[in-house]
Amino acid sequence: MHPTLWLMLGHRLLIALLTLVVVSLVVFMATEVLPGDVAQILLGQAATPEAVAGLRTAMHLDDPAFLRFLRWFGGLVTGDLGTSYANNLPITTLIGGRLVSSLKLAGATALFSVPVALTLGITAAMLRGSVYDRAVTVATITVISVPEFMVATSGVLIFAVWLQWLPALSFSRDVQSFGELLRVYAMPVMTLSFVISAQMIRMTRAAVLEALGTPYVEMALLKGASRSRMVLRHALPNAIGPVVNAVALSLSYLLGGVIIVETIFNYPGIAKLMVDAVATRDLPLIQSCAMIFCFVYLLLITTADMVAIISNPKLR
Amino acid sequence: MTQLVDIRDLRVDATTDAGRRIEIIKGISLTVAEGEMVALIGESGSGKTTIALSLLGHARDGCRIAGGSILVAGQDMAKLSERERAKLRGTVVSYVPQSAAAAFNPSLRVMDQVIEITRIHRLMPRAEAEARAVALFRALSLPEPERIGARYPHQLSGGQLQRLAAAMALIGDPRLVVFDEPTTALDVTTQIEVLRAIKSVMRGTSAGGVYVSHDLAIVAQVADRIVVLKNGEVQEEGPTAQILSAPRHPYTKALLAAFRPETVPAQPAAPEAEAAAPPVLEVDDVSAGYGWVPGRAMPLIRAVKNVSFRVERGRNIGIIGESGCGKSTLARTIAGIMPACGGGISLEGQRLAPLAAQRSREQLRRLQIVFQSADTALNPAKQIGEIIGRPLTFYQSLRGAAREARVDQLLDMVQLPRPLKHRHAAELSGGQKQRVNLARALAADPSVILCDEITSALDTVVAAAIIELLRELQNGLGLSYVFISHDLPTVQAICNEVVVMRGGEKLEQCLAMQVGDPSGHPYSQLLMASVPRLDPSWLDGLDHHPQLGRAPPG
Amino acid sequence: MRPQALPSRRPAFRFNLVGWVSLAIILFWALAAIAAPAFAPHGVGDMVDDDYFGPISWALPLGSDYLGRDMLSRIIYGTRYTVGISLAAVLIACTTGVVLGMTAATAGGWLDTVLSRGLDALSSIPSKLFGLVVVAAVGSSIPVLIMTLAVIYMPGAYRFARALAVNVSTMDFVTAARIRGEGTRYLIGAEILPNIIGPVFADIGLRFVFIVLLLSGLSFLGLGVQPPNADWGALVRENIGGLPFGAPAVMAPSLAIASLTISVNLLIDNLPRKIRDRSA
Repeated sequence: MHPTLWLMLGHRLLIALLTLVVVSLVVFMATEVLPGDVAQILLGQAATPEAVAGLRTAMHLDDPAFLRFLRWFGGLVTGDLGTSYANNLPITTLIGGRLVSSLKLAGATALFSVPVALTLGITAAMLRGSVYDRAVTVATITVISVPEFMVATSGVLIFAVWLQWLPALSFSRDVQSFGELLRVYAMPVMTLSFVISAQMIRMTRAAVLEALGTPYVEMALLKGASRSRMVLRHALPNAIGPVVNAVALSLSYLLGGVIIVETIFNYPGIAKLMVDAVATRDLPLIQSCAMIFCFVYLLLITTADMVAIISNPKLR
Repeated sequence: MTQLVDIRDLRVDATTDAGRRIEIIKGISLTVAEGEMVALIGESGSGKTTIALSLLGHARDGCRIAGGSILVAGQDMAKLSERERAKLRGTVVSYVPQSAAAAFNPSLRVMDQVIEITRIHRLMPRAEAEARAVALFRALSLPEPERIGARYPHQLSGGQLQRLAAAMALIGDPRLVVFDEPTTALDVTTQIEVLRAIKSVMRGTSAGGVYVSHDLAIVAQVADRIVVLKNGEVQEEGPTAQILSAPRHPYTKALLAAFRPETVPAQPAAPEAEAAAPPVLEVDDVSAGYGWVPGRAMPLIRAVKNVSFRVERGRNIGIIGESGCGKSTLARTIAGIMPACGGGISLEGQRLAPLAAQRSREQLRRLQIVFQSADTALNPAKQIGEIIGRPLTFYQSLRGAAREARVDQLLDMVQLPRPLKHRHAAELSGGQKQRVNLARALAADPSVILCDEITSALDTVVAAAIIELLRELQNGLGLSYVFISHDLPTVQAICNEVVVMRGGEKLEQCLAMQVGDPSGHPYSQLLMASVPRLDPSWLDGLDHHPQLGRAPPG
Repeated sequence: MRPQALPSRRPAFRFNLVGWVSLAIILFWALAAIAAPAFAPHGVGDMVDDDYFGPISWALPLGSDYLGRDMLSRIIYGTRYTVGISLAAVLIACTTGVVLGMTAATAGGWLDTVLSRGLDALSSIPSKLFGLVVVAAVGSSIPVLIMTLAVIYMPGAYRFARALAVNVSTMDFVTAARIRGEGTRYLIGAEILPNIIGPVFADIGLRFVFIVLLLSGLSFLGLGVQPPNADWGALVRENIGGLPFGAPAVMAPSLAIASLTISVNLLIDNLPRKIRDRSA
C-alpha cells in the first residue's frame, strides 16, 4: 500500500476523534444551561437548604464547569457513564439491554434495505429516463418528503387496522416463535427501511449516473461494451466512494428515524429511553444517550470516508 | 472499387436545453478508400467530432442521427440496432480519443483496458491478446513495453496514454481507425513523438483512418486527403498537396493565411536616451512556488526559480515553454495573485509588494492581466458594459454618462459593436469574449498588460485577429505586453524578445527571431524544430534533426 | 466541440403541469397561514361534534378530533405554526449560512478552516437528537424552536453556499476583481452572489422541507409546539389514539404535511435546470 494512504487514513481518524471531543463539549454545555438547581429538583421542594447543599457537594455541582466536563468526559472514556437522576441506577445498566435492542432493530433494517436500495438505485441509473426510472424517482421524492411518523401510522393503518395482518403498537407480550418475531419486527423494520431506502436510492442513482457520464465510460461504449459491462466494470468501481458515502449517510438517518419509530411502536430501545429521559429531565442519561448516538454517527461517516480513501486507485 | 467508408447526406440533430432541435450536421457526404487516411479539419463547432463519432454509430446525449447513411465496410451504422453496432465497434471501426488521460478508467490497469476489445468480442485468448498488446507498445515506442501494461493510468504521462490509446484502438485489427484530435492536448515536443508513433504504426497496417484535427500542419503530415468543414458543412475537399498549395474555397484560404501570422521585424534596441529611464517592468531574481508550510521560508514545490528579465516601455517580451515550465506561475506572481518567495518585482522603478492586496491602487491599475480562458474571465451574471465599466469607476471614479462614453470608446478600440454592452458573456463568441477581456484591462489605462495564453483557446483565424488587434492597440497607447504562451510562432508574431523557460528556470533570452538559432540553447532549438510546418515532409525530415533524429525517448 | 454545449436561452420560468400544481398547493397553504380565521369554518377550540374521532361528513370534511373539534379548522390554524416557524427558521439558517459560507470561501485561510471545522462538528450531531437535548435543557417555546431549527440547519446551508462560492471564487473573473483591488464585500455581493443565487434559492426550498419534517417530528414526540397551540405534528400526536379506529383525525394532518413538502420538492425538481443544478 501507498504510504500516503496511511497518512490520509490517520489524518481522517484524528479529525474524527477531535470532532468527538467537540461534540461531547457541545452536548455537555447544552445540558449545562438547564435552568434550576439539580439538587433541588432531585430532593424536591420540601428539602432543607442543608440537605440541598450537601447533595451539591456530593455531586461536585459547585466545581467549575470545566472540571466537571473533564470528570464527565473521563468517565465516558473509561466506560463510567454515571448515575441516573430518576431512579439512581448506574446508566450503564439502564442502557445495556436497550442498546442491544436498538442495534437489533437497526441491523435488521440495514440488512433488509441496503441490498434493496442499492439494486433499485443502480438499475434506475442504468435505465435512466425509462418509466421504471421515473417511477422510482417519484416514489423516492414522495417518501423523502413525508415525516417518518406518517410512514409508520400509514403502515399501522393498512396492515394492522384494515388488513389485520400485523400487531399494531405492542411489544408487551413475550415473543415466543420465529413467526411471531417476524410479525413483531415487521412494522418497525418496514417503516425504517422505507425512510432510509429513499435517501440511499436517490444518492446511489446520482453517483452511478455521474460515473456513467465520464469519458472512460463513453470509451467503453466505443469499444463495443454492453450496457451492463459499462455499468458493472467501468462505472461502479469508480462510484464506490460516493455509494458507500450514500449508504453511511442513509444509515445515519436511522438514528433520527429510530427515535420516532421506537416511540410509535413502543419498542424498548435506547431512543425510547432517551425520549423518556427528556420527559423526566434525567440529565446524565440524556447526555449518555446523546453521546452514543453521536459516536455511532461519527463511526459511520468516518468509515465511509476511509472506504472512499482506500477505493481511490491513485493511492494504490 | 467499393469504399471503406461511404457517408451520404448525413444529418445530425441536437436538442438544446430549451427543447429546440437544431441541425448541427447539415447533409455531409464523404468517402474513405481502403487503407486511406482522410483528415477532417475545422474549428470548434464545425461538427468534426460529431461526424467522427457517427462513424461508430454513436451520438452524444442530446444528439441524434437524423438522416442519411453511414456505410462502414458495407454496413449502415445509422440503421443498425445498438447491439449490432456494438459488435462492429472495436473490431471493424475503432476510436482514439482526444484526451486519453480522461478516456482511461482510473481504477483498472492499462493492460486490461488495452485488450478489453478482445475480451468483449471474444477475439483471442488472453495470453495472445497481451502478446499482441506488447508488440503494439513496442511499435509505438512506449518505454518498458513488457511492463507498462501493469501500471495504472495515473502513473503514466499524457503522451504515453495517448499512444496506449492508439494501441487500444488497433488491438482488434480494425479496418478503420478514427483519430479524434489525438495530439491536441499535448506539448509540442510530445506531440511529435505521438504523431510519429501513430504514423509508423498505421503504415504497418492496412487499416484506413479518419483523422480529426483543427491543425492544418498536423494534418499535412498524416493525411492523404483533407476535408475542410465549417458549421456542419463541407467547404472543400481534395488531396493534401492541393489543399495546402492551391486552396479554392475562401475559408480554406483564410485558414492558411491565419496559420502563420507575419512576424514583427526585429526592432533595433531602444535608443540610448530611453534606456536610461527605468524599465516599465523589472523582474529580479524571482522565485515562487506552491505548498507553503508554516515555519518554512520556502514553499515545498518551487515552480519558478530565480528568473530575471526587464521590459522597456513600448516593447514586448514573450515567455515561452511547455506545460509545467513555470510560465503561468511567473505570470501569477508578477500579478500578485501568489506571492514570490524570493527576489523582487518593480513597476516603473517602484518596488511592488508580493501580494496584490498589499499593492497600492495606482500600482494595480498600471499592471493588468488578461487570462487564457475568456469563458471564466467574464462574470456570467453581468452585462458587458458593467464588466468594462467597473475599472473605470474603481480607478478613475467615472460614473454615468462619462463612464458610458468611455465604455463605448473602449468597445470601439477592441473593434466590438457598441450595442454589445447590453449583452451577457454567454451570448458572445470566444473571440468577442477575449476582446471584452482586453477592453477591461485597457479600461484601467495600464502601462503593462500580462497576456496569459490569451490565444490558446481560440480558433486559428480568431487568434490571428486578436494578435493583430494587440499590435494596433500598442501603436497608439505606448503599452508593453508580457506575452505568455506555449506557441512559439504566436509569441514571435507579437514580441521583440523571448524568454525560454523549462523546469521553472530561465534558459535563455534572445530576440524573437533568433529563437532556435544554432548558437542558442539546445532546448530552444528543440522547441523551434517541434513547431509543425505545413510542409507534408516536415515530420519525416526530422529524422535528421540533431535533437529529434534519434528514436523518441519515453 | 461538444454538441451539448450549444448556446441556448430558456425562458426563466417554464413549468410543466406538475410545477403549476405544486405552486398552487404551496400558495394555498401560504394563504391558509395568513388568513386562517377567514378560511376555517369553526373556531380552533370549538367543540362542534358530540362524538370524538368523528368520521368524514359534509359538516366536518375531515372529521372531528379526540375532543370533538373540527379537524379542518384545526389544521388550517395549525398551518400558522408549521409554516411560520419553519419559514423563520429557514430564513435565519440560510441567511447566516450563506453569508458565512461566501465569506469563508472568499477570505480563505484560518477563518475558513475554523468555521468549516467547527460547523462540521456541529452537524455531526443528528438533528432530532440535537432537538431532544436542547428541549430537555431549556424547554420548548416557539423562539427556542425557531433558534434550535435554525442552528441545526445552518451548517448545511453554510457548507452548500461555501462549496458553490469556492467554485465561483476560483474563476478568473473573481481573481481579476481581486487584483483590481476590490474588497471582500464587493467580491461577495457583486461577483459571487449573483452567480450562486439560483441554487441558493433551491437549497432554501429543500431546507424548508427538512425543517418542516423535523418540526413535525419534534411536535409528534411532544417536544415541539406545546398545547394548547398545535402545529400539524402536534395534531397527529394528540389524535394518535384514534389510529386503531382508522380515524381521519390521525391521517389528515400527516397528509397536510405531505402535500406541502412534496409540492415544494416537486416545484424545485421542475425548476429550470440552470437554477436547480447543484454544482456543489
